[in-house]
Amino acid sequence: MELTRRNTLALGIGGLALAALPAAAAAALEEAMAAFTGGAQPAEGGGLILTAPEIAENGNTVPVSVSAPGAEAIALFAAGNPEPEVATFTFGPAAGSQSASTRIRLAQTQDVHAIARMADGSFVQTRAVVKVTIGGCGG
Amino acid sequence: MISRREFIQAGFAASALLGASGHGRWGRLAAQQALSQDQLLEFRDFGNVTLIHVTDIHAQMKPVWFREPSVNLGVGEARGQPPHLTGRAFLDHFGIAPGSPGAYAMSSEDFAALARGYGRMGGLDRVATVVKAIRAARPGAILLDGGDTWHGSWTALQTRGRDMVEAMNLLGVEAMTSHWEWTYGAGRVEEIVAGLPFPFLGANIFDAEWDEPAFDAWTMFERGGTAVAVIGQAFPYMPIANPGWMFPDYSFGIRQERMQAVVDEARAAGAGLVVCLSHNGFDTDRKMAAQVAGIDVILSGHTHDAIPEPVQVGNTILIASGSNGKFVSRVDLEVQDGRMTGYRHKLIPVFADAIAPDGEMAELIAAQRAPYEAELAEVLGQTESLLYRRGNFNGTWDDVICDAIRAERDVEIALSPGVRWGPTLLPGDPVTFEDLLNATSMTYGRCYRSEMTGRQLKLVMEDVADNIFNADPYYQQGGDMVRVGGLSYEIDISAPMGERIGKLALTDTGAALEPDRSYTVGGWASVSQDTEGPQIWDVVADHIRGLGTIRREPSDTVTVTGA
Repeated sequence: MELTRRNTLALGIGGLALAALPAAAAAALEEAMAAFTGGAQPAEGGGLILTAPEIAENGNTVPVSVSAPGAEAIALFAAGNPEPEVATFTFGPAAGSQSASTRIRLAQTQDVHAIARMADGSFVQTRAVVKVTIGGCGG
Repeated sequence: MISRREFIQAGFAASALLGASGHGRWGRLAAQQALSQDQLLEFRDFGNVTLIHVTDIHAQMKPVWFREPSVNLGVGEARGQPPHLTGRAFLDHFGIAPGSPGAYAMSSEDFAALARGYGRMGGLDRVATVVKAIRAARPGAILLDGGDTWHGSWTALQTRGRDMVEAMNLLGVEAMTSHWEWTYGAGRVEEIVAGLPFPFLGANIFDAEWDEPAFDAWTMFERGGTAVAVIGQAFPYMPIANPGWMFPDYSFGIRQERMQAVVDEARAAGAGLVVCLSHNGFDTDRKMAAQVAGIDVILSGHTHDAIPEPVQVGNTILIASGSNGKFVSRVDLEVQDGRMTGYRHKLIPVFADAIAPDGEMAELIAAQRAPYEAELAEVLGQTESLLYRRGNFNGTWDDVICDAIRAERDVEIALSPGVRWGPTLLPGDPVTFEDLLNATSMTYGRCYRSEMTGRQLKLVMEDVADNIFNADPYYQQGGDMVRVGGLSYEIDISAPMGERIGKLALTDTGAALEPDRSYTVGGWASVSQDTEGPQIWDVVADHIRGLGTIRREPSDTVTVTGA
């Protein structure tokens, strides 16, 4: 077998390390989120649902969906990616529902953040940890 | 609310007859006299619905020795809770006398001596007797199979699951869910499912491309004037813990929101009782029971736990029915006006010498095994030690496998998967080819030889440790810690990911593992598609033949803290 890093780590038991988010990445995330909220501090939770797998089956294409009834826009951020902005979904007045699904690439285990801008101009946020791992030992 | 809660101690009342010597000093005859089929099956009928649950049989058609774990650590909220109680703590918690049939069946204390007294457990012909007896008392009883059924023996591997499919059809299974079934490949699963006389359920099995449900999520039974919905939940981490390339078109996951939607759908369709037939693993099921509203009963599988009484979470009861055919759970339920109002449960221990084999099933088993009997019976050597696997860290069977890998593949370090299947052998037992295959058979068993740096080895072990000891059960994959040969380490199970493993060292020299040095590593059960090498059972068979007699006492190479 050719000994690449991926092969090595996939030898039945493999995996990737979880690195703490470097300071630069944390700053990039804050900056990206502030750009969406205009600096406002979002409230936690209420009315915004983020659905993502706990453990990614394939870090290259992770299905993620968001839903926030009454929202004007929902933005998605991947805290551990080189570019934290993933997507912003904007809902016009004629939108039947304020929900969207997409697939995102996650370079490593990280938090996925969602922020919704509601009709009254307020913001709500939530997040989910998505673990990116290779291999394991099924019981 | 559940108003009536009864716990029958699994026919284990026999303990009183034996006294609590705790050291297995009585003769086999005395032990056998304490067990009778009538007593094991005794049950006062209750309510209007009966469920029969078997799970994680791992293709063990014949009775086995199976030692339950002596180390099974829980983290977070599960710490010190069933099933994370072992040995004396387990016996004390459930009021089971040391040395009793219950202690033998459900714990590891004094295992070899008790095994000689009480005999093997399981065997599908005995399971068939139990199922028939329950059905005779309760004609509408629903038999449900939690999966990990088609994998785990040489005959299952050779027939690609056919032997077990035919046996379970004869047993009269009425719905199942899945895990190792998928390691025969998606094509084989689809082929078998097309011919099954019952539904193959998985609310969480999706088409990977379209992200849409790919199998039936649930089915409805009309019993005792009640509509009983049974929802299947397959093993959530299929493509991560097992080779995803074998079933690339399917996606799994816990999908809690999907489970809630399916429960709501079943209730809307008139279900008075909602049962989840789950392969999540017990801790994951305990969390799901608290998060998803409207499930009355979770029949839990995957983590192989045998718990003698239901665990109640809110209004949901969790039933854990062990593994390898050792137990059959009977759950009688009172359901009135769309509500579960009470239950009675028994974890029936299948003592193979006390329960008569069912003739029809015995015949089927013999016929399925006949073409393979000669190779199964080959004696590779003898063991003077107790050989077992189950437990969070290396068992002696794993140590023998790791020794074989190091010797036969000439590597410094051996890695062996922390699976929970694989029965036990007693000191003095011959080691047959069948015994070895019960501990190693799989469709991706090639034993690779490779090199890894000290840093890579640590990364791998940290990753596996997090799959077992993450405090959030939704991030746990079940299974146990990867087994290692030639390597010692310390583990703090309560530390965060990346900080659990320390003091990695080579056992031969005591030298600390150097992050930048390359080490020769051998292992098996790689999820990589292009793995090369001999089959692991050939490697181990050669090793055992060379040894003649195995002597392998438990190793002390892993130091655990934070428990």
